[in-house]
Amino acid sequence: MENHANQTTAHIEVRDLTMAYGSFVIQHDLNFTVKSGDIFIIMGGSGCGKSTLLRGLVGLKEPAKGDVFYDNVSFWDSDPAGKEAIMRRHGVLYQGGALWSSMTLAENVALPLEEYTHLSTAQIKELVSFKLSLVGLAGFEEFYPSEISGGMRKRAGLARAMALDPDILFFDEPSAGLDPISARRLDELILELRDSLGTTVVVVTHDLASIFAIGNNSVFLDGVTRTIIAVGDPNKLLAESKDPRIRAFLTRGEA
Amino acid sequence: MDISFSLGPYNTLVVRLGGDWNIAHGPLSAEDVQKKIVSTPHLAKVAVDGGGLGAWDSSLLTFLIKLKHVCSQRSIILSCESLPRGAARLLDLASAVREDVDAHKKSGRAPFLSRVGEATLEAVKSAGEMLSFIGEAFLAFIKLLRGKARFRRCDLTLLIQECGAQALPIVSLVSLLVGLILAFVGAVELKLFGAQIYVADLVGIGMAREMGAMMTAIVMAGRTGAAFAAQLGTMEVNEETDALKTLGISPMEFLVLPRMLALVLMLPLLCLYADLMGILGGGIIGAGLLNISPAQYFHETVSALNLTQFAVGLIKAVVFGVLVALSGCLRGMQCGRSASAVGEAATSAVVTAIVSIIVSDALLTVIFDRIGV
Repeated sequence: MENHANQTTAHIEVRDLTMAYGSFVIQHDLNFTVKSGDIFIIMGGSGCGKSTLLRGLVGLKEPAKGDVFYDNVSFWDSDPAGKEAIMRRHGVLYQGGALWSSMTLAENVALPLEEYTHLSTAQIKELVSFKLSLVGLAGFEEFYPSEISGGMRKRAGLARAMALDPDILFFDEPSAGLDPISARRLDELILELRDSLGTTVVVVTHDLASIFAIGNNSVFLDGVTRTIIAVGDPNKLLAESKDPRIRAFLTRGEA
Repeated sequence: MDISFSLGPYNTLVVRLGGDWNIAHGPLSAEDVQKKIVSTPHLAKVAVDGGGLGAWDSSLLTFLIKLKHVCSQRSIILSCESLPRGAARLLDLASAVREDVDAHKKSGRAPFLSRVGEATLEAVKSAGEMLSFIGEAFLAFIKLLRGKARFRRCDLTLLIQECGAQALPIVSLVSLLVGLILAFVGAVELKLFGAQIYVADLVGIGMAREMGAMMTAIVMAGRTGAAFAAQLGTMEVNEETDALKTLGISPMEFLVLPRMLALVLMLPLLCLYADLMGILGGGIIGAGLLNISPAQYFHETVSALNLTQFAVGLIKAVVFGVLVALSGCLRGMQCGRSASAVGEAATSAVVTAIVSIIVSDALLTVIFDRIGV
């Protein structure tokens, strides 16, 4: 995207990251950089540790080794207040939406605003309606998460993730459980957000259609060697990669 | 489903399968064939002839896979001719991927000592988790006192309603009946001495010091403690707790603190109410069974009770409130990520709460006795 002047600055830098459960190493020695304005795909087969890596990036699971740097500030070496300050600039969309089930959609989207801004109730209400209308849920303010469909829940989760206009949006399997048209719309929304707000987007997915449609950079995690075996634009990987594992993944095993 | 064998030329065993193979009739055991194979000397080849087969399903395939396994163990060639096309293809599919040896979970019982060791490590770990949870809860409480804790006030009021007003019916019933039972047990014995008026003392002191707090706490452990564990557990399963954490909101402040506050505030009030209902229950027995007039019963109760008795009960109620809320929230937050884990969390919350109520009650009773109140 030419209109982003800070396109080339490293926004997220992962250094020697090793994620493990106890002594069981999921992924080891991961190194990669996400630039500002990137739509960065973390891909790989089921169970290879994509979601675990995401948990390490968003601050939910402490890595066994290594660190993540946001704008050159170490995340895992920061004190709790520093961690919180970094996390506040993130928005995370969880697989099932993870809306707080005891609150209405409006309250869900409003909570981050209530906690971190000094806006009046009326201003918050306006913002909430705006965010919900962005994801196509205008008029659903007073619905509870249990009263809407899975796809709507996911979109409402996105509205909540965008509530504080985050610098970085993380998506965990955005197209899982969506029909092809809804998945496509979500992809378009992600592109739109990047282009209009300049948000950096990190997506964990194995949905090929999404990977090629939105990704401009990626890492490929391998479940056997338990580390990164390829980095780069997924379309280029498809065209140029000689590695049979990557070719098989990107072509659904057809080539 | 029928099966017959015959020995053919070149040391070949011909296995003829016929009829309908249906899993509803139970799969045919491969043992007969196995015995035949083992007992035949110099066997080089087993030929399966499926020409007479009618309808078939998985029962045929499990039989063939077993047969294949037996043959490959003895390096006997297995040839499957004139099998139905689908069956042959499924058989190929099932043997296309070799069994992943590492995929099998380690089975069998570990030696006794290693099991003891593992259990001990597990216990130490869970004690550590419990202590750190209590520590975090305490820190959150200090934050609350400094006015910095982040939770929604409307959540707190809802929770207070849930574990206060909405618990009144069941607490009424249980404590009224406990009062009745206490009075009844006392009445039978005290009547022997003509001292039935002291039933009022017995019920009054029993309820105020002990039973009011204990019964309320146990009711609340089953009613509210389990609900807390299930709510927090489900939030864990749905990643709702993660969503709070990534927003920089501590689940300890946002979820646990209001629940603890609500229960710690409401349990003493419910306890006081339970004391009253219990005394009422005693009065009913007194009037109905022992011919003590309500006025007499009331006066005897008032003279037997003083504020200290109620204070003892209330202190216990506060402690029980903390314990019920802690165990409910602890088990909820520790919950795994499956539906059955939520059930286990709720069960273990109630068990933890009731055990800790009884243990702490015993301790408190001894302490109060030592300091003479």
